[in-house]
Amino acid sequence: MSLTRADVEKVSLLGRLRLSEAELDKMTEQLARVVGYVEQLREVNTEGVQPMAHALDMHNVFRDDALAASLPRDAALANAPKRDSECYRVPAVLGE
Amino acid sequence: MTARSAAELIADLNARKVSSAELTKGYLDQIAKHDGRVKAFLLVDPAAALARAKEIDDRRAAGKPVGKLGGLPVAIKDVICTQGVRTTCASRMLENFVPPYDATVVTKLKSADAVLIGKTNMDEFAMGGSTENSAYFKTTNPWDTSRVPGGSSGGAAACLAAGMAPLSIGTDTGGSIRQPAALCSVTGLKPTYGRVSRYGLVAFASSLDQIGPLGRSAEDCAVLLEVLAGHDPRDSTSANLPVPEYSKTVNQPLAGLKLGLVREYFGAGLDAEIEAAVREAVKVYQSLGATVKEVSMPHSKYGIATYYIIAPSEASSNLARYDGVHYGYRTEEKAMLAELAAEQQKLEAAKDQKKLADLDTPLVRLYRQTRAEGFGPEVKRRIMLGTYTLSAGYYDAYYLKALKVRRLIRGDYDQAFEQVDFVVGPTTPSPAFKIGEKSSDPLAMYLEDLYTVTANLAGIGGISIPCGFTKSGLPIGLQMQCRPFDEERLLRAAAMYQRATDWHTKRPKLG
Repeated sequence: MSLTRADVEKVSLLGRLRLSEAELDKMTEQLARVVGYVEQLREVNTEGVQPMAHALDMHNVFRDDALAASLPRDAALANAPKRDSECYRVPAVLGE
Repeated sequence: MTARSAAELIADLNARKVSSAELTKGYLDQIAKHDGRVKAFLLVDPAAALARAKEIDDRRAAGKPVGKLGGLPVAIKDVICTQGVRTTCASRMLENFVPPYDATVVTKLKSADAVLIGKTNMDEFAMGGSTENSAYFKTTNPWDTSRVPGGSSGGAAACLAAGMAPLSIGTDTGGSIRQPAALCSVTGLKPTYGRVSRYGLVAFASSLDQIGPLGRSAEDCAVLLEVLAGHDPRDSTSANLPVPEYSKTVNQPLAGLKLGLVREYFGAGLDAEIEAAVREAVKVYQSLGATVKEVSMPHSKYGIATYYIIAPSEASSNLARYDGVHYGYRTEEKAMLAELAAEQQKLEAAKDQKKLADLDTPLVRLYRQTRAEGFGPEVKRRIMLGTYTLSAGYYDAYYLKALKVRRLIRGDYDQAFEQVDFVVGPTTPSPAFKIGEKSSDPLAMYLEDLYTVTANLAGIGGISIPCGFTKSGLPIGLQMQCRPFDEERLLRAAAMYQRATDWHTKRPKLG
């Protein structure tokens, strides 16, 4: 299973990255080497092994359902690249 | 001043032998003198630091209570949110980001009366092992400024080595505290996962990230860990366990210490001088009464492969938040939309229906262009790698497989810790390399992490302490890893070594 340029192009859309033609070439070569390296995990027998997503065996961490102050709207919007009073601004999403 | 330990400086502050303002001024002078060459800091605000120091001094003079750090300056890695103080993660993406809140560790530092002296440089979003991936500038190693300080907490380690701060805070996802500590000859501790709250730490790989202390000695790290550690209701992965008084016990030696030397750590690729220094350090422990036995960790050789699936997978998900909408960088919209319109016209003229259908919508292009301009090459590589290993058809073969091997790696540690108290070995396979030496080969750079990534995968604690120098004068680090939440004894074991040796007291000569 080797990584192709078409794979990389598709992944760049999934990952929401725009890559130039030169970047696509370089990325394909570099990622193929890394993917080739991690393929060695195939040789490990993991039959019956439970996946370990997390280091701490904690489940269902709850807190009290108590009212508390949250970040004021202006503070939350202060770092927005573009805002319109109470909202974030983005380019038109719907067709004209 | 810079020859004294954090514990001694705090005692001096409390005895009013020195004021926080004098001490802070002293470190600011060191920064002014050396940081032009070392370039450890992304941000220093002398006026704010001095004002804060004076406020603590005034409080002490008025006989009011002063916190555990007593006005001692602390440097903070720029991946940790500081309210009202720019936090960039060394990325263009967050060039103008001013957090609206403090990370829990910052709140704790402030209530312990630390003086925040500056924000330190790092690899962008903590991705890298050399600090060369900072979008702003490369930090140099104070022992040889043509070499890297390690990373990603390169600024955090270099500022200590250069005497520009007495303590600093780093983060460790795959070795990012321990490796720069080793390359700069300082002491750095990665606590057990869950020991320190991650609230307000900009996420890289959430199941691996952990904040920890760097200092001149294990004793310094104990002082700082005591302030940082503890349960936080705002981080559901923080452990609800009492915090030992690390600073009170750190100088008590451990009797009957059992060390495990990992057979697999001493294979091909390990620098001969590092191996010799580590074996010498083990002899020092034997002279202090420790017994040493060889242990085997057969899955450790899969650490890098496992890590470079899991960490990028989590990163690709965490970094999805940088969308150019909520905060951070956004591409210049007019140019972006004009380019998109031109592409559309061209495809329409060519009647290329397939490519027309595939053309980005304006919103998708906003995301893609913003991220193309805001992220550096290493961050892009990891997003790509993680998106690939999580994508349909590959998830089981890569991500799920890696999670299973992760369990086996943890099993190796559990078995080792049934026989020994600590697992010992080198922190890095080679000493600090030249700036630029590995930057064109990502895989070669990743392979440098082989001794450190497994502690993150297993979620256990680890410390790097100075244990010598190569013939050419480059620092060497000894790594000791402990059972989960056994930092109290780990620090005591490290302090035992440091009372018997003086490697940690050596300082580089800076012009």
